[in-house]
Amino acid sequence: MKIVIASGKGGTGKTTVSLNLALALSDVQLFDCDVEEPNCNLFLGFDLEKVEDVVCPVPVINQEKCSICRQCSDFCRYNALAALPGRILFFPSLCHGCGGCTVLCPENAIREVQRPLGVIEKAKGESYPEFYRGLLNIGETMTSAVIKRLKKYIDDRKIAILDAPPGTACPVIASVEGMSYCVLVTESTPFGLHDLRLAVDVVRTIKIPFGVIINRYGLGDSRVEEYCNAEGIPVLLKIPNDRKIAELYSQGIPFVREMPEWREKFLGVSEAIKLQLAVKEELTI
Amino acid sequence: MKICVTASSEGLDSEVDPRFGRCSYFIIYDPETGSVESISNVNAAASGGAGIKAAEVVANAGVGVLLTGGAGPNAFSIFAELGIDVQVGAKGTVGEAIRQYEAGELQSIRSPNSTPGFGMRKGDGKGKGMKGGGMGRGMGRGM
Repeated sequence: MKIVIASGKGGTGKTTVSLNLALALSDVQLFDCDVEEPNCNLFLGFDLEKVEDVVCPVPVINQEKCSICRQCSDFCRYNALAALPGRILFFPSLCHGCGGCTVLCPENAIREVQRPLGVIEKAKGESYPEFYRGLLNIGETMTSAVIKRLKKYIDDRKIAILDAPPGTACPVIASVEGMSYCVLVTESTPFGLHDLRLAVDVVRTIKIPFGVIINRYGLGDSRVEEYCNAEGIPVLLKIPNDRKIAELYSQGIPFVREMPEWREKFLGVSEAIKLQLAVKEELTI
Repeated sequence: MKICVTASSEGLDSEVDPRFGRCSYFIIYDPETGSVESISNVNAAASGGAGIKAAEVVANAGVGVLLTGGAGPNAFSIFAELGIDVQVGAKGTVGEAIRQYEAGELQSIRSPNSTPGFGMRKGDGKGKGMKGGGMGRGMGRGM
């Protein structure tokens, strides 16, 4: 089972839910997909080691062979190549590494080199949970490439929990795609509801079964619950706006470690997800 | 030396569009012959690299001077390479902008004065568009 924890709005508690769920379950892999600023390990404190460099193949153009036929620049849908009167100019930060320009070049003037984008790191030795994260190089924008690479470490025999980046753009799609279930974490504020609607649009479009966890419950008003009821979206858990939870968070402690009653509640979330997936499967058969 | 003005529609009477990569039209004016050519900007809604493609159009039109509101680092590197003079501050119609240029009322810029993604409208797919606002969290993440 592959569960991705996402949200529209940032700061609603994706990492909190990911960590506590991972610590409540057994035989779990935890993936920090927020590769621009992965923060799961602030709460885990594992020693990390690099397991892989994430690279993007980019073109190097031999200007002597190049006839400026423009086939490469016309083909590039990310506009990484500009055909100027005197030469082809390449903009590495826009290149997605599809390799199309190299294949198309009639003069064989293009060869590829590997441009580094970031790294994949893993907790050293035997850790619990088994932990991986992506780390995007500073200034780099090819976020999705690092996330996609990170997801290759998912072991289908285990439960995978993915802590997704915030928002509803490509990095979120890259995290959510192909997963069995998506948990959307939100809060009962106007922003929380607004961005939850956007996130619901995304998961519905890519057809991933999903449910909602309301964090800091008691804050704001009841509109998120009313929305979920009206839309038939299951509310898997409500985490109260509780001072003890906030204090533990501020000390970098996932609250299931100090509040064992919450271990049961997160196990309940996992059971509710399994049930929802089983019902869905029955309906499709 | 040909002059290019970024504009919201065709011809000398159209309004100047201060956006470079995402303007609607490039109006190319040749002071020697008086000819006016309006080129539609097919990459105005590109998700990225609109400035690069726009600079490619301008470069291949043989333009020496560009009158617009601003250019980002990618487009500017093309102008710098080809020695295209970018002048900002034009107001009104394309015809008036050319007159302001000829009267020496506009200023050349020597470095990029905009950021990638500037000029994208709401709903274009990314949360950008704050001129000089820099890249914050949630910006520039859509690649």
